Amino acid sequence: MTNQSEAVKERLVKKKNKRSPEFRGKVIILGSAGVIIIAAIAITLFLTSKGLQTFIANGVSPIEFLTSTNWRPTDENPVYGAVPFIFGSFAVTLLAALFAAPLGIGSAIFMTEIARKWGQKFLQPVIEILVGIPSVVYGFIGLTVIVPFIRDHIGGLGFGLLAGTIVVGIMILPTVTSIAADAMRSLPQNLRDASYAIGATRWQTIYRVLIPAALPSLLTAIVLGMARAFGEALAVQMVIGNARNLPDSLVEPAATLTTIITLNMGHTTFGSVENNVLWSLGLILLVMSYIFIVIIRFLSARRKV
Amino acid sequence: MATAVKEKEVFKMKDLNLWYGQNHALKNLNFSINKKEITSIIGPSGCGKSTFIKTLNLMIYSAGNVRMSGEILYHNKNLLDNKIDLVSLRKDVGMVFQKANPFPKSIYENVAYGPKIHGIKKKSELDDIVEESLINVALWDEVKDRLNAPALGLSGGQQQRLCIARALATKPEVLLMDEPTSALDPISTIKIEELALELKKDFTIVMVTHNMQQAARVSDETAFFLMGELIEKKDTDKLFANPSDKRTEDYITGRFG
Repeated sequence: MTNQSEAVKERLVKKKNKRSPEFRGKVIILGSAGVIIIAAIAITLFLTSKGLQTFIANGVSPIEFLTSTNWRPTDENPVYGAVPFIFGSFAVTLLAALFAAPLGIGSAIFMTEIARKWGQKFLQPVIEILVGIPSVVYGFIGLTVIVPFIRDHIGGLGFGLLAGTIVVGIMILPTVTSIAADAMRSLPQNLRDASYAIGATRWQTIYRVLIPAALPSLLTAIVLGMARAFGEALAVQMVIGNARNLPDSLVEPAATLTTIITLNMGHTTFGSVENNVLWSLGLILLVMSYIFIVIIRFLSARRKV
Repeated sequence: MATAVKEKEVFKMKDLNLWYGQNHALKNLNFSINKKEITSIIGPSGCGKSTFIKTLNLMIYSAGNVRMSGEILYHNKNLLDNKIDLVSLRKDVGMVFQKANPFPKSIYENVAYGPKIHGIKKKSELDDIVEESLINVALWDEVKDRLNAPALGLSGGQQQRLCIARALATKPEVLLMDEPTSALDPISTIKIEELALELKKDFTIVMVTHNMQQAARVSDETAFFLMGELIEKKDTDKLFANPSDKRTEDYITGRFG
């Protein structure tokens, strides 16, 4: 009897063996998480310190940087006003979202509510293909199809915000569609049943019950699309025209934060003012992407009501 | 082929058969459901009772791949005709589900949903309907001060009564209840049962239940289903006291199911 209870006690006491697979697994997982966190913090710190150099070491006024519409870094009296690029980035992002949100949410609803089988079979692969196309290809198609089309049918040179908006809008369409479709799919079936059982038609059910119920997730889909649009550089650079002043219309050349960075990164010397101001533009991008993340967090917190 | 329907019969099934693909789920049902009575449908899981109740408002169509034959006469109209307007049918035949499923909207908006989609726009009229429906389900006193609060904040029993109010708001003739208390605690269950007895004065109620005591407590007539067939249907008292079929007796005495 005593022997048996001794044996049980022996068995139940935790053994301190650091070489156990349990411990190794823990180290690997914690290590991966640690690397990601350190990378995120390091990038933020690096970008912040580089981005602030412009104002601290080179003495550029931050107010001028954020309010002036002149960007003449190579003048005798150089002016660094980032307003045209900030404006360009926001304009492309918002207009692309305006273009992609109805299309994306519409096709998500089509996929999940109207033609489930057809949607799964054809629309889902189409969306995956759209995701997989490299951005340079989007830019190239924009350059050869959309820019000439705008030049011939709408006016201007063809290069400009409109072309950028269309190209980026198509690029973020699959992001918006697939997240919106997930949101619609995750709605409980009993909401639909409840609505149909009261005599609602399919359309009434969609716009009175399903869209309001999925609204926070649908907004998240749009914001994630906007975050992607805000950061897109290559394709936009190919079609936006890269002018350094504020555009007067949608068909006039413009520039965004990302396009100015990619255009000028190569031919400025590391450590010079011209180079440092590009880091400052990068810092604005980083801050904006943090703001997008905060918005998404806020929206998904609201969803849990 | 119009069959005469007696005045007190709301529904009359004639040789109703239903198949899910190859699966013959309802077999030759012939019976009727009386006006302003509670008809319970009992039977073991998979006997077709939930399938049957969903044919009465044609919610069965959303299951997909369903084939039916025979007739379901609602008054004198065969629901299996092609020209049935689902919108007005479901306005007349409301439904309450097993699990309370309020919309993620306010209490007011939940109840006003039905009248709104059926075209009532005037605020005062909607207010009256909401109040009347909530009074009908004995929820008014509990929620009248927070009509704009989210419906999902109510307790399970309150949510189910809200769903009943939502169904009543379209002023239906029939109320279908598909195991309305199976997810509720005993006290909420009793409340729903008392409510059903109260509502029977104005509405015809068809209730599917797993709980034989519930059928015995509330219903006027009880139908026993087994493997898609109607074994017997008669006055509840008679069915429980004196079943005429051996299988009914075995089921209600707990020998299977």
